[in-house]
Amino acid sequence: MSLAEARQARTSARNGWLLSAPALVILTIAAIGPLLIVLVYSFLTPGDYGNVVWEFSWNGWKSVFVEEDIFEGTLSLADAHLTIFWRSLSLSILTTVLTFIVGFPTAWWIATKPPKARAFWLFLITLPFWTNILVRTFAINQIIRNEGVLNSLLIWAGVIDAPIQLTYTPTALLIGMVYVYLPLMVLPLYAAIDRFDMRLLEAGYDLYASRWQVLRRIILPIVKPGIIAGSILVLVPCLGAYVTPRILGGGKMMMLGNFIELQFGQGRNWPLGAALSILLLVIVTVALLFYVRALNGEKRNG
Amino acid sequence: MAEKFAVTRLPGFTTIAVVAFVALYAPILTLVAYSFNASESAAAWTGFSLDWYRLAFQNDEVKNAALNSLIVAAFAALISTTVATLAALGTTRRAAFRGQTAIYAVINQPLMVPEIVTAVALLIFFSSVKLATGYTGLGYLILAHAAFCIPFAYLPIRARLEGMDLTLETAASDLYASSWQTFRHVTLPLLMPGVLAGAMLAFVTSLDDVVITEFIKSPGQDTLPTYMLGQLRRQMKPDVNALSALLLAVTLLLLAGVYLLTRKRAD
Repeated sequence: MSLAEARQARTSARNGWLLSAPALVILTIAAIGPLLIVLVYSFLTPGDYGNVVWEFSWNGWKSVFVEEDIFEGTLSLADAHLTIFWRSLSLSILTTVLTFIVGFPTAWWIATKPPKARAFWLFLITLPFWTNILVRTFAINQIIRNEGVLNSLLIWAGVIDAPIQLTYTPTALLIGMVYVYLPLMVLPLYAAIDRFDMRLLEAGYDLYASRWQVLRRIILPIVKPGIIAGSILVLVPCLGAYVTPRILGGGKMMMLGNFIELQFGQGRNWPLGAALSILLLVIVTVALLFYVRALNGEKRNG
Repeated sequence: MAEKFAVTRLPGFTTIAVVAFVALYAPILTLVAYSFNASESAAAWTGFSLDWYRLAFQNDEVKNAALNSLIVAAFAALISTTVATLAALGTTRRAAFRGQTAIYAVINQPLMVPEIVTAVALLIFFSSVKLATGYTGLGYLILAHAAFCIPFAYLPIRARLEGMDLTLETAASDLYASSWQTFRHVTLPLLMPGVLAGAMLAFVTSLDDVVITEFIKSPGQDTLPTYMLGQLRRQMKPDVNALSALLLAVTLLLLAGVYLLTRKRAD
C-alpha cells in the first residue's frame, strides 16, 4: 500500500467514525451506559421508600436465590423466586418449540408458493410483527377469556356447559406467547427455506427416500441456521416477557419480567430488581453467544 | 400413479399453514369487529355503532395520551432517522475499517437486550437525573425512544445505500461539484426512499412501545399504549378496543408506505 493510499484509508475510517458518532452517543446515554448503573445498583442497599441507599451490600444478589427468616435468622431457598424462574424458563422453551412446530410448515408453505404470491403471504406474517404487542395480547385475550369468543362458541354449540377457565393459567400464557411471537419464528425460517435448493428433494426421492427421511435428513439439516435464528428470536423476548403475562396472567402468573417490575413498585427492593435484570441479561447473552457459535460452525461445515 | 408427484409437498404442512394464518388473523379481526359493536359485552353482537370511538375521543385522558404518543414518536423518529442516516453513510460503501463491527454491535444493541432490562436501567438512570435537575418533561421519553428506534431506522437506509453504486456521485465530482453539493443533490435524493422507510419504521416502533414507556414516564405522562394497559387493570372496556383498532390502522398505513418505498422496481 502506498503512502497516499494509507492516508486515504485513514481518512475514510475517521469519517466512518465521525458519521456514526451521533448514533453512538445517543445509544451510549440511553441504552448501554445505564446498564452499567444497573450493575452498580445490584450491590447497594434498598431504601425505605424505593430507590437505594449508597451502602455496599450482597443482599440484592443473595435474595435472588435465598430467603432470610427475619425472626430466626436462618437461610432457606427462595421457593417463590425459583417457581417464577422455572415458569419463565419452561414457558419460554415450550413457546419456542410450539412456534417452531407451527412456524416451520407455515414458512415452508409460503416458500413453495409462486414468487408473486410469496410477497403477499410474507406481508401477512410481517403485519402482526409490527402490530402493537398490547393490541395483539388484547385480541387473543378476547378469544380465550371466560366470556370470550371461544367459550361462547363452545357453549352455544353444546360442547361444554360452563366456560373453560383459561385466563390466569399457564396455558393461557402459553397460547398468548405462541400467538404473539409466531411471526418471529416464521420470518427467519422463511429466509432459510427460500435459499434451499429444491432439486435436492428430487435427488432424495430418486434415491428412494421417504417424505419423512427427506424432511429429517435433507431439509432440516440445511435450514438449521434459520431454525437457530428463529429459536433465539423467540426465546429472548419470551424470557423477558412483561406485557403478555401481565394481561393474561393477571398478576397471579408472574414471569421474570413482571417479577423485576414488582421490585421497582410495591416490592421496593431496587437492588434485587437490578440483580434480576443483570441475571436476565446474562442468560440472554449466553443464548446469543450460542447462536453466533452455532452459526459460525455452520459456515465452516458448509 | 396418475397424479404428478409434487416434490415440495409435505403431508399436513398446508393444513398447519392455513390454521396458522386463520389463528393469526381471527383474533385481530374479531377485536376490530367488536370495536363497532353496540353492546358493551364482547360475547354478543347487538348492532353496528361508533359509540366506543366517540367515547374514546371525548375522554380528555385519551386525547392527552394520544398527543403524547404523537409528540414522542415524531421527535424520536426525526432524531433516530437523522443519526441513523449519518451512521449508515459512515458504515457503508467504504473500505472496512477497524471498529466497524463494534459500531454495528452498538447500533443493534436495542434488538439484543430484553426491553425490560433497558426499562429498568433507564428508570434508575432517569430517576437520578430527575432528582438532580427537577425536569420531568417528555424529553426522557423522546431520548429513550430515539435510542431504541435507531436500529429500525438504520436497517432500511443501509439496505438502500448498499444497493446504490458510486457512478453518479463520481460523475458529480468529475463535474466539479463540492462534496456537499454531491451529497445534497445526488446522494440524498437517491437515498430518500430508504430514509422515509426508516423514519416510518422508527415511528411505528416508538408508537408501539409499552414496557420502556411504562417504566420511565412521569406521573400523568401516559402514551396511548400505557393508558390502555392502565385501563386493563380494572375491566376490559370496549373503548380500549376502539383505540386498539385505531393503532392497528396507523400501523397498517405506515407499513403500506414502507412497502411501497422499499419494493424493488421491476426492471
